[in-house]
Amino acid sequence: MSRTSAIYGRELRYFFQSVTAYVVISIFLVISGYFFFSIFRYYNLLSLQSMQSGFAPGGLNLIDGVIRPLLGNISIIILLLLPLLTMRLMAEEKKQGTFELLSTFPVSDISVVTGKFLAALTVYAVMIGCTLLYPGMLFFYAEPEIVPIITGYLGLLLMGATFIAMGTFFSSLTENQIIAGVATFGASLFFLVIGWGAPFVGQKFAAVLAQISILYHFESFSKGVIETSDFTYYIFLTAFFLFLTVRSLESTRWKS
Amino acid sequence: MIRVRELSKYYGVTKAVDNLAFTVERGEVLGFLGPNGAGKTTMMKMLACYLPPSSGTAEIFGFDILEDSMKVRKRIGYLPEKNPLYTDMDVRSFIEFAARLKGVERESLNGSVNSVIERCGLGKVWRRKIGNLSKGFQQRVGIAQAIVNDPELLILDEPTIGLDPRQIIDIRTLIKELGRDRTVILSSHILPEVSQVCDRIIIINNGRLVAAGSPDNLRDRLKKSSMTNVRIAGSADPADAERIISSLDGASVIRIEEPVGDGSALITVESSSNSDIRNALARRLIEEDIPLLEIYSEELSLEDIFIRLVTEEGDA
Repeated sequence: MSRTSAIYGRELRYFFQSVTAYVVISIFLVISGYFFFSIFRYYNLLSLQSMQSGFAPGGLNLIDGVIRPLLGNISIIILLLLPLLTMRLMAEEKKQGTFELLSTFPVSDISVVTGKFLAALTVYAVMIGCTLLYPGMLFFYAEPEIVPIITGYLGLLLMGATFIAMGTFFSSLTENQIIAGVATFGASLFFLVIGWGAPFVGQKFAAVLAQISILYHFESFSKGVIETSDFTYYIFLTAFFLFLTVRSLESTRWKS
Repeated sequence: MIRVRELSKYYGVTKAVDNLAFTVERGEVLGFLGPNGAGKTTMMKMLACYLPPSSGTAEIFGFDILEDSMKVRKRIGYLPEKNPLYTDMDVRSFIEFAARLKGVERESLNGSVNSVIERCGLGKVWRRKIGNLSKGFQQRVGIAQAIVNDPELLILDEPTIGLDPRQIIDIRTLIKELGRDRTVILSSHILPEVSQVCDRIIIINNGRLVAAGSPDNLRDRLKKSSMTNVRIAGSADPADAERIISSLDGASVIRIEEPVGDGSALITVESSSNSDIRNALARRLIEEDIPLLEIYSEELSLEDIFIRLVTEEGDA
């Protein structure tokens, strides 16, 4: 545990002592802020129109009209930005040769992978934590339901953890950070959009595609419901990629 | 303490280490000597539990490097050849990080870190970023991380490579000091380094063990002929001297240096036996009225032995 926390501490210090975390978080906040502004403005317009016409369309509430679209958009932004956080995790160790040093310390691969994963997850948590300001602002003007906001952010955290685990794995496969980043982006996008093909295939296969899709499992979280299957899906996928990372590090030594 | 048994390592079809077997006793400073590409680094990486061997095994403190790798790693300190360091960290943070990973207890962490900083001469630079340090200081940081857990065995792969002469002397002094209270295995292709620092030398070439022993022992065992230098005055004809020397049993002139300055000539004589021929040689020259200025035997240097060994190995 102490060794895992040493790795975690070093990685976290790296993120915050270099400009990496600040650049990624700043860009994320600018883009997500713009989305919040646009979505909220559109919601205002719809509200105004419904007041003038006396007709309120379905779903005209802050959760369905603002929070859910915002979280959906954030999931796309993290898809683009998280590979930038994860691409160096293992690839840089291999490139600089420090992986050799780590491998000769009495520290297990599981500790190395866990420490690095948790550090990236912490940066990500800070990143999405900053966006709590947006739903927080809604409380000044209205009384949105709090449960869907909490579960929505939990879903976002779990989704990010899955992307980070994928990124850690792809980073362990290569010394080249660009390759690691692009591969992570490709794999994350695959898991995100695979459900879009469901309408074009048979019913059974459509259900399979939907079950694989990361967005499909996010739906219930954003509605304020925590389904065991959705929760398990994210935990399983995260653990699976971390397991692959550990195996990949072991094979690196055998292939040397 | 360290027992290496029929250890081999292949990279694809290339055999980097070929059936190496040797033992190292506690407290010994062992030098691995060999030309570049001889298999020294591969050997070191296997002993440090980084590379798994293709066949054979090694036991360190009674633990197998593959089966009980974690127990071995707790007891060793390793400085890789390229000395990889986290250049974004400051010296103290890095040594602390290494100490925590090596399982140094929290209560003794500060003491251990302070001690190695002092011992490795890093007192003036401990706040500085590793990336901004000179190569010599970076090498010291590498050694500091290796010894921070006070390991029983220190494995140093080419510890002075790329350093300037002053830094080389400093690092050698440090290694000598570290070797007083622990076992050290170091690899090098620099002969003076191993002969100055090590109690015992293992010479490897093409992954195979070529010779092993103390520097003096190696010199004695491998000395197949002895050299004697004879200086005669300019008044004598070097050709006459050559004729007289060649008439001695087992002696032959291999080189005559042209007379310079005072006109004297230096004749290098090789004798096939290991016996000292100086007495017979001097008596014979004086009998023949050749004015002898000086006579001395030339020790076969470790360098000669090394070149001879790796050349013979290469020719075989």
